[in-house]
Amino acid sequence: MYQLTDVRKYFDKGGQIVRALDGVNLVIEDGEFLAIQGPTGQGKSTLLQLLGGLDRPSTGQVLFDGRDLAKLAENELADLRASAFGFVFQTFNLIPTLTAQENVETALVPLHKSTADRQQMALAALAELGLADRSTHLPSELSGGQQQRVAIARALVKNPKVLLADEPTGNLDEETRDEIVALLEGLWRDRGLTLIIVTHDSTVARRAARTAIMRVGKVSIKKQPENKRPAPVA
Amino acid sequence: MRLHSIVDADSRGRMFFTYLRRELRRRAKQAIVVAIGLAIGIGLVMTVSAASAGVKTAQGAVLHSLYGVGTDMTVTKTATFGAGGTQHFGGFGSGTSGTRPAAGTKISRNTLRPTAGQATFSSTAVSKVASLHGVAAATGGLNLSDTSFSGTIPNSGSGGGGFSGGSPNFNVSSFTVDGVAISNSAVGPLGSSQISKGGYFSSTDNNAEVAIVSSSYANSQKLSVGSKLDVAGTSLSVIGIASTSSSTADVFIPLGTAQTLAKLKNDVSIVYVSATSASAVSGVSSEVKTALPSNTVTTSASLASEVSGSLSSAANLATNLGKWLSIAALIVAFLIAGLLMMAAVSRRVQEFGTLKAIGWRTRRIVGQVMGEGVTLGLVGGAMGLALGVLGSVVVTAVSPTLTATVGSTFATAGAASGAFGGGGGFPGAGSFPGAGSGSRPSFFGRPGGASSAAHTVLVHLTAPLQGGTIVLAVGLAIAGGLVAGGFGSWRAARLRPAAALRRVE
Repeated sequence: MYQLTDVRKYFDKGGQIVRALDGVNLVIEDGEFLAIQGPTGQGKSTLLQLLGGLDRPSTGQVLFDGRDLAKLAENELADLRASAFGFVFQTFNLIPTLTAQENVETALVPLHKSTADRQQMALAALAELGLADRSTHLPSELSGGQQQRVAIARALVKNPKVLLADEPTGNLDEETRDEIVALLEGLWRDRGLTLIIVTHDSTVARRAARTAIMRVGKVSIKKQPENKRPAPVA
Repeated sequence: MRLHSIVDADSRGRMFFTYLRRELRRRAKQAIVVAIGLAIGIGLVMTVSAASAGVKTAQGAVLHSLYGVGTDMTVTKTATFGAGGTQHFGGFGSGTSGTRPAAGTKISRNTLRPTAGQATFSSTAVSKVASLHGVAAATGGLNLSDTSFSGTIPNSGSGGGGFSGGSPNFNVSSFTVDGVAISNSAVGPLGSSQISKGGYFSSTDNNAEVAIVSSSYANSQKLSVGSKLDVAGTSLSVIGIASTSSSTADVFIPLGTAQTLAKLKNDVSIVYVSATSASAVSGVSSEVKTALPSNTVTTSASLASEVSGSLSSAANLATNLGKWLSIAALIVAFLIAGLLMMAAVSRRVQEFGTLKAIGWRTRRIVGQVMGEGVTLGLVGGAMGLALGVLGSVVVTAVSPTLTATVGSTFATAGAASGAFGGGGGFPGAGSFPGAGSGSRPSFFGRPGGASSAAHTVLVHLTAPLQGGTIVLAVGLAIAGGLVAGGFGSWRAARLRPAAALRRVE
């Protein structure tokens, strides 16, 4: 699915060049559950953004299903994000003025769905995540865990090929964290999508089959033996 | 493809309006500030535009009243120095003998003569002008002033030839009379459409003893259709009342009658000219000047430039201060709206970054922001429209009175010698108590000394709202919205999704 070849991403911060990614080579298989782990400021989020077509590498190649994301036009990237990628953010990033259902619907707007289809699909996604009774609530009326569920519903409602989650449990308490991780893992397993989670939390990273360890812009792969992985949450 | 477009439009439309409505509601205070700012700017522009239109209308009314019906230009002849000295109040001395009537003598005199500063000329000029290229119609007229003088000569004293035995008691009144060529009412000082009561002159009235009076003069003199009116000592029947502005003549009589009463047979003092088109006015003006070199040609443009007084000041105020004040207010309002929108977008970088991340194209986000700006513009426009209407109503209700003065000061000292009995008539009598009872006292000074031929008209300023002003308001509202939305959109369009998301981490 993904093939990254000598990917480098540099930022200019006040005249000083920061090497967020410094020669990353990585292959991610279709349907894989990959965790990207590492200390703060080591390039985890930058790598995730390149994988999601939110940014372009300074040099190198990011191939997704054979297409180089670095060479796609802005609108092509937007269309790819609309159809193939689902994003979940640490701060949930819900639109504060829209209800839970409307927030989920925003993901379907670029896909030219009719209003009726959009509403039906959004409600179904919320129901799947146990939030059918919260569809008319504004984000401010929901708990952190519920907001993250809405964000996950928004990411999944379009049936993406890849679910990219950036510290999805970073703002949650331990109990809710486990709940959300279990939910993501269940969705990954049931839907057969590719799940890539950025986390600095080893508890979360241990659930993935492989972990990409980021350190000073470089990546090293750590495989989690099947028998060492925690049993899936029911 | 078509179905796809319809579905897409519906899908986008609902989300667009829902998102827009909620967003504006969320930052209602800011939205109100932006809308009020735009409203003040737009309301100011509307009020100034309406007042300008009112000033233009007032100017048009002044020019029209000075000008006549369907008239593009007038041809007159300026009185030369000393002209008019041959006219006297009959039987009151020649002006050269110095003979004074005996004390106690009752006198009553009436004279009809051309308006101050105007000379008469042969009516052949009318046909000469009518034959020129570009002239649609030309008619002659006589602008006259009827002055009545009555009283008793008091006892004379010994000193200086003045009246010492008692205060002189004279009544002097004056009104203006226009001789109208009734053959063509489409051009001239009075049209048949201006008759509000009674009727217009008939084709056989050219020498008839009939008159039409202006409504204001009729009111002041309590005249109505069928009343009798004394003009130059001749009793005329009032056959009609005309709704004319305050600056036109008080009385209109047939040209033939006017020439007879004023003893100006075959003379006119003015030619009213209608050109075949507006573009022909300038050419006709030149041709008339060539054909009648000693005459003065006045077009609306030249007349407008001579308008002075508070109307002119109001016009200048509306044109200069009003216009620039409005523009400044609009620029400030647009800038405030734009900057507030930009600030609002800056606070929403995470939101827009998220939308880009889930596949919204930049164009759609820009459209969303533009939509918010245009909505604010339209709300501000609606408020501005209400403010503009209010401003217009207030200006019209207050209806400030403006004066318009057209013309210049003529030195008609020569006229003084014969006007009121000549130099020896009333030695030492410098004034006439009771003078000025006529409808236009300013013209009374005509017979003596340096007198002003300036024509002063009172007009009430209104601020009529015209279709163009409303279109302007709507246009400004949309422009304001686009400016506001444009600022915000420019900010939003430049956001890269990763950068937008990174900024809030």
